[in-house]
Amino acid sequence: MIDNAQSIKENSFYEESTTKKSHGIASWLFSTDHKRIGIMYLIALSTFFFCALIIGLFMRFETIAPGETIMKAQTYNTLFTLHGVTMVFLFIVPGIPVVFGNFFLPILLGAQDVSFPRLNLLSFWIYILGGIIILVSLFLPGGPIDTGWTFYIPYSIRTGTNVSLPLFGAFILGFSSILTGINFVTTVHRLRAPGMSYFKMPLFVWSVYATGWIQILATPVVGITILLVLLERYFGIGIFDPTLGGDPILFQHMFWIYSHPAVYIMVLPAMGVVSEIIPTFTRRTIFGYKAIAISSLAIAFVGYLVWAHHMFTSGLSETAALVFSFLTFIVALPSAIKVFNWLASMYKGSIDLKPPFLWVLNFILLFTIGGLTGLVLGALTTDIHLHDTYFVVAHFHYVMFGGTGTIFIASLFYWFPKMFGRMYNIKWASRSAVLFFIAFNTLYFPMFILGYQGMPRRYYDYLPQFTTLQVISTVGSWLMFIAIVSIIINLVGSLRKGKVASANPWGGVTLEWHIPSPPPLLNFKEIPKVSHEPYDFSQLKTMKYVPIGEVYE
Amino acid sequence: MNNENSIAIQNEHVVHRDDVGARLGMWLFLFTELLLFGGLFLVYAVYRHLYYEDFKIAALSLNTTIGTLNTIILLTSSLTVALSIAVLQKGKRQLSIILLMLTDVLAIIFMINKYFEWSAKIHHGIFPGSEHLLGLPEGQILFYGLYYIMTGLHALHIIIGIVFISIVLVFVSRGSVNENNYVKLENAGLYWHLVDLIWIFLFPFFYLIQ
Amino acid sequence: MNHKSIESNKHQETSISKYLLVWVSLLVFTSITVTIAGLNLGSYALLIAVFIAIIKSSLVINIFMHIKYEEFIFKVFLAIGGFTLMIIFLLTFFDYTYR
Repeated sequence: MIDNAQSIKENSFYEESTTKKSHGIASWLFSTDHKRIGIMYLIALSTFFFCALIIGLFMRFETIAPGETIMKAQTYNTLFTLHGVTMVFLFIVPGIPVVFGNFFLPILLGAQDVSFPRLNLLSFWIYILGGIIILVSLFLPGGPIDTGWTFYIPYSIRTGTNVSLPLFGAFILGFSSILTGINFVTTVHRLRAPGMSYFKMPLFVWSVYATGWIQILATPVVGITILLVLLERYFGIGIFDPTLGGDPILFQHMFWIYSHPAVYIMVLPAMGVVSEIIPTFTRRTIFGYKAIAISSLAIAFVGYLVWAHHMFTSGLSETAALVFSFLTFIVALPSAIKVFNWLASMYKGSIDLKPPFLWVLNFILLFTIGGLTGLVLGALTTDIHLHDTYFVVAHFHYVMFGGTGTIFIASLFYWFPKMFGRMYNIKWASRSAVLFFIAFNTLYFPMFILGYQGMPRRYYDYLPQFTTLQVISTVGSWLMFIAIVSIIINLVGSLRKGKVASANPWGGVTLEWHIPSPPPLLNFKEIPKVSHEPYDFSQLKTMKYVPIGEVYE
Repeated sequence: MNNENSIAIQNEHVVHRDDVGARLGMWLFLFTELLLFGGLFLVYAVYRHLYYEDFKIAALSLNTTIGTLNTIILLTSSLTVALSIAVLQKGKRQLSIILLMLTDVLAIIFMINKYFEWSAKIHHGIFPGSEHLLGLPEGQILFYGLYYIMTGLHALHIIIGIVFISIVLVFVSRGSVNENNYVKLENAGLYWHLVDLIWIFLFPFFYLIQ
Repeated sequence: MNHKSIESNKHQETSISKYLLVWVSLLVFTSITVTIAGLNLGSYALLIAVFIAIIKSSLVINIFMHIKYEEFIFKVFLAIGGFTLMIIFLLTFFDYTYR
């Protein structure tokens, strides 16, 4: 390492650890420092994301032409299952909370760590354990799981592939999620700095708080569902088995009682980050702070009321279908409130088109498309035609990947200088935002059309009339791969070779920009006393760290 | 540092003492258990709705006396653990330890009763996957399935509770949990009461619906 | 640390006699519920049993688990948890009641 590195990391959490030694693998694996834990999660999550990305690439190789292209049908079933399981349980659900929530929640509150630092480390170990269990299941006799990530009854209790082990892995992962939620909710209630009332907390904190509640209250339901499927596979206790009087639709209810709120676990933190990035790059306070804060809680709450919109064609009673469809339309409202407030925040702001902001623009466009198409699916009459088609696949990729995925990347570009003390290549980051947008729409927009033309999802083979759009989509996947790789090269390369970053390169005013980059072990020399609103930019006149070269009257 | 709210750096960990926070976190964890068993109660409610008569018939074969006995045992164990905290707050360490041991003993008696209940059922050919069971009407198969799953999962939580109480018992005897620092005991008590609460609902649903 | 709230040095103690009183009440309610189950009340039987179970659990939650004496936020939390469970039951039964 060069001298530069030494000086920027002096007195940072890289030099000081909660373990006896501050360097070496053990100092990371046994550290209870929320910042080190956040970075370890980042490494693990990125690895799983990349594996699932490659699987996706192979899926698109197969679907570029009808019939068998590079693999047999059984393999394809396995691949889309693994792609889903990895992306959902190992990347997106832990996602922004475990990386950026862990790293920044205490700092944004003015605290030195979370309420339960050792539990935090346990959460990480449990996450790794869950991932390993799923990995091991790939290599056991019987073959990897092929049920789709939703492992519906009755196929999941009949198939001879290895279902039990990955389900058990998912069960274990649930504990990690629950413990993180407990930690974050308690931290928000107990460790706010003096002067920081609930309505002075940054909006990212509000979103991570609401997410924590969903993690606590929804995860156990999928936990018990998984347990019941395992008991059925091993002991034949036919809770869902129709031949023993069980109701497969009850399985679907219980599965989605978790899995719908789970999508809000995925997207709420992302929306929180958007509310952080926009003020910083428009240099004005967010419009409608209270509305955005309350809407986070509202989304978390209403998110519990809509799960059966995944089940409209399953045999649900018509009355229930009507009720759930109505509630689904309501959940769109708080999300829309956020989007309007974000746009209003840009009005008369001093817009700085740096990469984090460009990625937020990506988010707003892509997530809005995803959200609107969700309404199409939420309406009963249209859903009958679109359920289980490529339209659904496009919808959830727009909201999950175009939504949360985009903001995961935006968070990296926003907080990279703070976390690693280095700056990345701004030009390439901006270019990757544009390439991503083009790649994303090339890859996923054709799927909307394929869907309403009738092509079912999870199908290995298809009618020749769908070929053109499938080809376009596959080309989009190659562009997407290039975009992602360009981001990885930019960021990973900048870890060692990037310019040393200042403590506040963007001119942000929330508490993380008041401390050095990278932060010291205990974050703050003294616990700050908070008197400002979170996005009050007049603080730039008196803050210790401001962007180099800027002057304020 | 002996007050309820303090920060210290001990062994390079950020250690802050926050008793209210510790209890808050424990309650949040209890909610996960509430939702876990809640899911099972949901399954029970749905199938009882669909197989009303069969559930009543199957419930007849459960022994209300043992069920009531176990209820009394568990309620008493909740008393003993609550008392163990009350007396520790007054500095009576030995008495607290005795009460905790009593809690464990009552829990073990519960488990023994459960063992007898289950072996009786198994002896009669009623267990998951058995020929006899599969010959019964569907609603009854589901009832017995749920019986085994719910009382089984509950029994697992009793075992976890016994471990939890025993660990805290050791802390009390060592003095690290004492009249000035007893949040670990309170949290163990909270967990134990939850186990009792679950049984308070399990009992009528399985033993009292004839 | 939440500097706004004033921490009491000793967490409120509950008297031993109160605990014993609650225990006796729980036993009384248990015997009531067992007796009622023996009577032939048809479909009301489960409703009453659930009602009694709720009374018993309120005693356990408020006194044994101390929620009555904790800060208000604990009660808010409990309400959120209970409410969520209720909603899940309610909405699921929209399906099963109208099939």
